[in-house]
Amino acid sequence: MSLSVGARSRLIIAGTFLVALVLTILPWPVWTEQFRPSWVALVLVYWCMAIPGRVGVGTGWTAGIILDVLYGSTLGENALALALIAFLTVRFHLQLRMFPRWQQAVVVLLLVAANNLLLLWIKHLSGQAPATWGYLTPSIVSMLIWPWLFVILRDIRRHGNVS
Amino acid sequence: MLQIHGWQIRLPSNLTRFVLFALLSVSLMLLDARGHQLERIRAGLTVLFAPIQLVAAIPIRVGGWVVDFVRGDRALQEEAERLRAERPILMAKLERYDALEAENAHLRELLGTSALVAEKAVAAELLEVASEPFRRTLIIAKGAKDDLYVGQPVIDAYGIRGQVSEVGVLQSKVILITDPGHAIPVQVNRNGLRAIAFGTGAPDSVSIRYLTASADIKVGDLLVSSGIGGGFPFGYPVARVAKIVNNPNESFLDISATPVAQLSNNREVMLIWPTKAALTPPPKPAEDKKPAPAKKPVVKPAPEVKKPVESAAPKPATPAPATPEAQPKVTPPAIEPAGTPAAMPTP
Repeated sequence: MSLSVGARSRLIIAGTFLVALVLTILPWPVWTEQFRPSWVALVLVYWCMAIPGRVGVGTGWTAGIILDVLYGSTLGENALALALIAFLTVRFHLQLRMFPRWQQAVVVLLLVAANNLLLLWIKHLSGQAPATWGYLTPSIVSMLIWPWLFVILRDIRRHGNVS
Repeated sequence: MLQIHGWQIRLPSNLTRFVLFALLSVSLMLLDARGHQLERIRAGLTVLFAPIQLVAAIPIRVGGWVVDFVRGDRALQEEAERLRAERPILMAKLERYDALEAENAHLRELLGTSALVAEKAVAAELLEVASEPFRRTLIIAKGAKDDLYVGQPVIDAYGIRGQVSEVGVLQSKVILITDPGHAIPVQVNRNGLRAIAFGTGAPDSVSIRYLTASADIKVGDLLVSSGIGGGFPFGYPVARVAKIVNNPNESFLDISATPVAQLSNNREVMLIWPTKAALTPPPKPAEDKKPAPAKKPVVKPAPEVKKPVESAAPKPATPAPATPEAQPKVTPPAIEPAGTPAAMPTP
């Protein structure tokens, strides 16, 4: 392809985010709700860790705004939550890269939990919080999925020469 | 470092960026929650990202085709047979309904209140995408061009499903009665006891709050919309009481009810345009023990204060300004037969 490295990288990254967004709003049965991983957050954490020079707070924020629009939630709440985990991941990306896979997964659990807690808190302010603990289970599922997603995204990054 | 035309610009640090974007998010949220300035931007963005939703809706749509294909002729014939058998029964019911409606209109005329007026109803197709976790929302493929408005009741063949919460260009958002941010005024069909049904986020239950232990409500009671608040028309089924827990430590009963509408049915919903007259609750709820309050056409159920003017019964159609309660009654003057109040016998 005649695309520059930068343009191609951007396209590939955008593609992974699009897939994550589609997976997020894919209509699963209602009971699976508490087991749906936070796809966008996971993809964001990966890219922030792998290439923090290209993907960071701004990317997270933009993905969050798109998520807000798709969900029809208050504009800015997912944006804030994703900007937060992008910030944390970029801040600690050197440590994260050194961690063994399972330890990374634990950090991912914490990051996604922070994301969801922040969302829950914002929803509480506007009086729309659900009366359930189910809000925290997605972070556990996200943790379990992380090792596999990590391998997939790493292969995509290497094959596509994303940097 | 970024170099533009020989100028060196330092890129903001990670923390600075986060603070900036966080401030931006917070101001967006405040603008979005408190005002309506962002509606146009949101509508534009929704159109821009609609393809993502369309892609996400593909599996279910394809699944539907496959199911239809596999089911084949026999199942379809059976279904047609069943529908054909059902039709005369429904038609018969409908005939009786017409008669009842006429009678109802006549009675209301005698009372001096306006009759229920027929409503426009339109079916809307759903876009099968997941709602935000633990919210109960739908996206329908109708928008501003179809005269939708925020707060519009959404029903199905069995009862009330929710209301339109956001009108976009091509699609709109519907918030279901089970959404944690939703509440609908209801009354027990049996005795007119009024309550509010709150959504909890659970897919198949609403909770009825603020009823004391002495309230006359039983498991199995049908709750219909009471029409108070002016959003939903009176008399549509909402939910059936499923469980009542009386905990003496709590001041109120803990009641959960199962919505009557098929909330998980992902095919179609009905949008209705209630007319002003239909929004008015019936003149007398059974729960006030006052003798014959129904005689008073203007005064809505609650206020006993206006009762003393017993002899002034024919007058009521006019004195709108003083009583805020009379407001809904006065709004549809066109439908009200002009002569009725005067013709009414004085009690």
